[in-house]
Amino acid sequence: MISARGVCVRLGASDILHGVDLTVTDGEVVALLGANGSGKSTLVRSLVGVLPLAAGSVELLGSPLGPSVDWERVGYVPQRVSAQSGVPSTAREVVSSGLLHGRRLRLPRGWRTRTDEALELVGLRDRAQDSTSELSGGQQQRVLIARALVRRPDVMILDEPVAGVDQPSQEAFAATMRRLVSQGLTVLVVLHELGELAPLVTRAVVLRHGQVVHDGAPPAASPGTTTRRTSTSTPTTTTRATTRAPPSTSPTPG
Amino acid sequence: MIDELVYMLTDPLMQRALIAALLVGLTAPIVGTYLVQRRLSLLGDGIGHVALTGVALGWLVGAAMGLVPQDVLAIPGAVIAAVVGSVAIEIVRSRGRTSGDVALALLFYGGIAGGVLLIGIAGGTQSNLMAYLFGSISTVTGADLVLTVILGVVILAVGLGLRAALFTVSQDEEFAIASGLPVRFLNIAVAVVAALTVTVAMRVVGLLLVSALMIVPVAVAQLVTRSFSRTMLLAAIVGVTVCVTGLSITYWHNWSPGATIVVLAIVVYAVVATVAPAIARGRRRHHHDPHPDIPDDVRVRPESTSVQGAPAAERKGGDDPCSA
Repeated sequence: MISARGVCVRLGASDILHGVDLTVTDGEVVALLGANGSGKSTLVRSLVGVLPLAAGSVELLGSPLGPSVDWERVGYVPQRVSAQSGVPSTAREVVSSGLLHGRRLRLPRGWRTRTDEALELVGLRDRAQDSTSELSGGQQQRVLIARALVRRPDVMILDEPVAGVDQPSQEAFAATMRRLVSQGLTVLVVLHELGELAPLVTRAVVLRHGQVVHDGAPPAASPGTTTRRTSTSTPTTTTRATTRAPPSTSPTPG
Repeated sequence: MIDELVYMLTDPLMQRALIAALLVGLTAPIVGTYLVQRRLSLLGDGIGHVALTGVALGWLVGAAMGLVPQDVLAIPGAVIAAVVGSVAIEIVRSRGRTSGDVALALLFYGGIAGGVLLIGIAGGTQSNLMAYLFGSISTVTGADLVLTVILGVVILAVGLGLRAALFTVSQDEEFAIASGLPVRFLNIAVAVVAALTVTVAMRVVGLLLVSALMIVPVAVAQLVTRSFSRTMLLAAIVGVTVCVTGLSITYWHNWSPGATIVVLAIVVYAVVATVAPAIARGRRRHHHDPHPDIPDDVRVRPESTSVQGAPAAERKGGDDPCSA
């Protein structure tokens, strides 16, 4: 699904990533971990073509990065930026923009139904007509997730989807991901700690100073092998994972 | 009164002027909505200044070729300069080397200075530029009108036809890139359409006030709308209304049409800004809580009965004492 070889990214005068290899295969849920500034966001942003590669190559769904990629099958959730755009826009409008891609510049027929279905998935169907500025940070993040989901992607790339997000939104997000992963969605997700997603993650990749230092089992199963920051977060990760592992009741979002 | 209106509407000069005003009132806010959304409110101003150099350049070429009248190439010159200038701003902005802010400042000064310098070289005077700086809708000729209509149709075709794509790229450029959208093409389309709008509006309100027609109606609409499409629609309605009304006023009063239109737009803004909060309070569907809708993350420890399930129960029931 995603294949990166020797990716180097240079921003200004500094090398942010040197020679990162990353492969995500069909059906995997890969967590990208690492301290602040280790290059996690830079890596996912270069994987979707937002940042230019200084060296190396990226393939998405078997095609080299560019117009030949089947963008309709890729759902990207960028890190939430708090700055609102200048003109108010409703949750429905923002989500509907996810229906456009390289080969479609106009909204397809039935866009409203599809948009509302995606909002339903993140539990915001009743807020469709509200301006995004009236939503909480967590709800805004869910709108961005719905925008990626609306095109029914086969692979999702998420950049810190739960950072600074309120607890109900985190739980709603985890529930949504559980359902989609069980339906075969492939996921690459940048996380600070595994948190609610721990039971889903099949593999963890840890970045440190722009290089991969760990690629294998999630930190919970291999304590002490990773960087200091992730190993300190491991106990909390495991405890949270075990205490929250059997969430039989599906949380009601919103 | 009715007689006066009929008389105004049958005056061919006024007919041409009204059609031009109508088109400008419609197109400028539509393009302005995208500019406001990408926080480029001053782009129209920057392009307007560059267009002045284009006017003078057209004049210079016309004079050199011995064309009569000398300013026959002024509008084509303005169109070309505005398009080149807007694409240049877009390239500078997308490279991110210079901030958009500084790029705009350079255009402002360069455009005005270049215009004044070139008009002098062409043998004209600065007063020749006044008609372009402040508008001269009363001198709209049949040929001008044809050009205005053609450009207006192009602006509407791009601005409305590509609305979803332009919204996406203006709303979140990073997501647009990650969707494989032709982001560079769309950005340049916005820039070119903005340039065409400036040159169309030049005759009506003048280059110095062009940007007001792109931005003020959007600012008015934003006061009362929640969605992008409503904002665009309402801005266009406000734009058409102030343009046609303002122009009609100057049929009876000898005021500057451009200035009248812009002052009218600002008066509308002031009135709506005063009245809108009261209306919004009145028609709010659900209870009005000025705080953003954020459930409590802080779990208050229940005082005596500290049962495991208590925090969740509390969060559900008690997050808004006013609504209970």
